[in-house]
Amino acid sequence: MRITIDTDVCIGAGQCVLTAPKVFTQDDDGFSELLAGWADRAGDPMLREAARACPVRAITLHEDE
Amino acid sequence: MAQSAPFPQDRTCPYHPPTGYRPLSDHAPLNRVTLYDGSEAWLVTGHAEAQALLTDPRLSADRQNPDFPMTAPRFELSRHVQLALLGVDDPLHNKQRRMLIPTFGVKRVAAMRPRIQRVVDELLDAVVTKGPPVELVTAFALPVPSIVICELLGVPYADHDFFEGASRRILRSDTPEDAEAGRKELMDYLGELVDRKRRTVDAGTAPGAARTSEGPRESERPREAGAARDRAARDRAAQDRAVRDTPEGLLDELIRDRLADGSLDRDELVRVALILLVAGHETTANMISLGMFTLLEHPEQLAALRAEPELTPGAVEELLRFLSIADGLLRVATEDVEVAGQTIRVGEGVVLAASTINRDTAVYADADDLDVRRSARHHLAFGFGIHQCLGQNLARLELDIALRTLLARIPDLRLAVSAEELRMKPGDTIQGLVELPVTWGRP
Repeated sequence: MRITIDTDVCIGAGQCVLTAPKVFTQDDDGFSELLAGWADRAGDPMLREAARACPVRAITLHEDE
Repeated sequence: MAQSAPFPQDRTCPYHPPTGYRPLSDHAPLNRVTLYDGSEAWLVTGHAEAQALLTDPRLSADRQNPDFPMTAPRFELSRHVQLALLGVDDPLHNKQRRMLIPTFGVKRVAAMRPRIQRVVDELLDAVVTKGPPVELVTAFALPVPSIVICELLGVPYADHDFFEGASRRILRSDTPEDAEAGRKELMDYLGELVDRKRRTVDAGTAPGAARTSEGPRESERPREAGAARDRAARDRAAQDRAVRDTPEGLLDELIRDRLADGSLDRDELVRVALILLVAGHETTANMISLGMFTLLEHPEQLAALRAEPELTPGAVEELLRFLSIADGLLRVATEDVEVAGQTIRVGEGVVLAASTINRDTAVYADADDLDVRRSARHHLAFGFGIHQCLGQNLARLELDIALRTLLARIPDLRLAVSAEELRMKPGDTIQGLVELPVTWGRP
């Protein structure tokens, strides 16, 4: 599993942090980023929900990587 | 052919969508509706269709597009005055939004919790000291977000009667002329505030250097002589001091970082400030009062929340979904777009009814029931796509603190009038209650 976040597209809405706070955070400028050690929590069922909740589709889950 | 159903319609119950939208959503996720001026637009009531359309770059938020759908005469003014952020498309929208994202990020907003808690505590101290009955909009629901957005922006809260009144005229005035006058007064006020802040910034960075202001108002001012000029200078100095006494906020940051390097000009800054100030207090105030009323009307939900305050964040999300106070997101198609078997033609208006989208039973079971334990994720109360509410995390925090603290401080809060007597705002603006008289203690 690999996750990419397109920070050029991210609008800092924070939906990912709200939905899957064990995987996503925001940097000091308010843009989405992955928490250190997120890979250990890649089974979090909220991960998929967080990607769905992103209002600008900035989060992509690469399931087979 | 018969005329299609009108949009917007007034709510008959403050917390349910207008009854006239239901037959439409039962019929199809997209329907034709007639706007106030007789023109037609597409009304979107399906959740999946709404998400697809709000992320489609072929739909524009540019209110200066002559085909843009308007839902009330007062909003026609935005055809000739550009609305920052919510009324522009990328790349301009992206430029404006990215300047503001750090301030409204999750961490910066979370750090405001202690200050917002103090604001809420002090207002409730005053409410309790005064004693019942109390009109909750004026005493609590409006001042909470109003104080918070003032401090965030660096606007003196002492001016709140003025800017709250001007905001009401922009959002609710019966005539375009009055809405325009309210907008102009607020623009002038914010322009002067920005100019004064610039003078204090200049004075601070270059002490003793008498810089001349570049603001257009000063250059247009007729030449004054002698005593009058001295008096004007003294007045201005006093106003500058008042501005200096207001703690710095986002506007000061933007003046220092963005006006200075030319990435933002004064006019654009003032237009951004206007949107932030109006959107920052009017929406949250409605959610606090209407949210509290809705809980009072659902006693078993209120009891659950009182018994388990840790349910509050979920309850806030559910109230956002259930109430959808910004009902009617607007777009215009700049190309043909196919959705749900229909073709939205270039130039056609699109209206997204958040209240009805957020009751889509494909997404929410028992969607018409208020359930503070449900996970109300994916609601469109803050919109979706690039324009999704910039202040949503601040709104969530304010609602969490306001409702949690109100329930704890006055556990036996109840309506002071019957629910039927409450006046609602009309369907063509942000939804909410005009007043919320409450009482507590012995009947």
